Amino acid sequence: MADLLRHAWLVTRKDLRLEFRSRTALTSALVFTALVLVVFEHGRDPTAVPTLNLAPSILWVTFSFAAMLALNRAFQAELENQALDGLLLAPISRTSLYWGKLGANLVFVALVQVTGLLLFMLFFNVPVWRVWAPLAAVTALATVGFIAVGTLFSAMVVRTRFAELMLPVLLLPFLLPPLIAAVQVTVPLFAGRPLSEVAGWFRLLAAYDVCFVTLATLLFPFTVTE
Amino acid sequence: MLWARDLGHAFGAIPALDGITFSLERGQTLAIFGPNGAGKTTLLRVIAGLIRPLRGAAGVDGGRRAIGWIGHQTQLYNHLTVRENLRFWASLYDVPERDVALREDDLLRRLGLARQADQQVRTLSRGQTQRAAIARALMHDPDVLLLDEPFTGLDRLAAEELRGLLGDQAAAGRATVIVTHNVEEGTELATDIAFMRDGRFVAYAPRAGRDAVALTAAYRTAVASG
Repeated sequence: MADLLRHAWLVTRKDLRLEFRSRTALTSALVFTALVLVVFEHGRDPTAVPTLNLAPSILWVTFSFAAMLALNRAFQAELENQALDGLLLAPISRTSLYWGKLGANLVFVALVQVTGLLLFMLFFNVPVWRVWAPLAAVTALATVGFIAVGTLFSAMVVRTRFAELMLPVLLLPFLLPPLIAAVQVTVPLFAGRPLSEVAGWFRLLAAYDVCFVTLATLLFPFTVTE
Repeated sequence: MLWARDLGHAFGAIPALDGITFSLERGQTLAIFGPNGAGKTTLLRVIAGLIRPLRGAAGVDGGRRAIGWIGHQTQLYNHLTVRENLRFWASLYDVPERDVALREDDLLRRLGLARQADQQVRTLSRGQTQRAAIARALMHDPDVLLLDEPFTGLDRLAAEELRGLLGDQAAAGRATVIVTHNVEEGTELATDIAFMRDGRFVAYAPRAGRDAVALTAAYRTAVASG
């Protein structure tokens, strides 16, 4: 187990170092996030729909698409010079590789989400600071779920000709449950209602994470072996 | 040290390997010559465990840890420096920390890359990149070398240097399989020669002092007649 985690950390650290050096996906995800929030801010009519009703959807649409950009890059770096073959040849378990990629994707998406949340507070004047802890919890739970599935699919499609098109198509059905749950939690949170109202959604998100992290971990070795 | 027994594989309806059987002992170098599409790379990938064959089995004593792979794709990360690449791959192979710096310095010096050690791979020339790939493959001191068209893209000088280095590796007792479509490139290194066509060995024999000219004639005959 210690080796498994250590190898996963080595892959995560390498991925993050590569991303911070090249900054290709990070820059595009941040620009995309800012752009979406600016468009929503200027495109809505605050007198027609109250900001608090609209804000959760805007937040999660932004997070989802930014995460998609992150997932697209997850295995692209490994195709460069066929480094993926090197990883598969190395005496590390496929699980380490998957967890390493998952870890890097989570850090990457968390960075985009923190930046997105700051911009969101700035544009929409939603009192996020009052509910930061449960909001962080629901964001973490929802993100782990769909990044776990997304990392698996990213490995599946990376050698296909239309990887960037295939990934959202495959991922969307699996993205819906955590996305719906996340919105269902965020609406009452922003409205200042008690946490007990959304406990069921939290449980659903936790169950989704346990199921799909386990499934993706078990299935990943089959996606990378020819 | 390295063995393949009745290997069979196909990609859909296209046969890639058919009845390949051989074994290599320490210090032996097998050069496999064949035209494009003969199944040479598939054979190497099966031996390395990157492809699961449909029939038969292949393996290396010591498993994946014992394999060093050098191909025309370098398996290096362009945005990492040469040193960072070497350290990353060494860490995946659990090379002890105290040995990493020693091996790194030794390989970089022998391969003439000491001055480029802290340069990102994307800034190196093709020849330098290939030498960095060789260093990467040797960092964990493998017992077996699998070489897939390692001379592709190298100028004459770099190719000569590579031949010298591979000769040293064989002298050090490593078993080596080199696949190439160019008889002149691998002949000097080989103790054994195989000609491959349509996924089969059409000839397999000790080199017995034959030079590239003699082998080229034999290759043409063997591959033409099948």
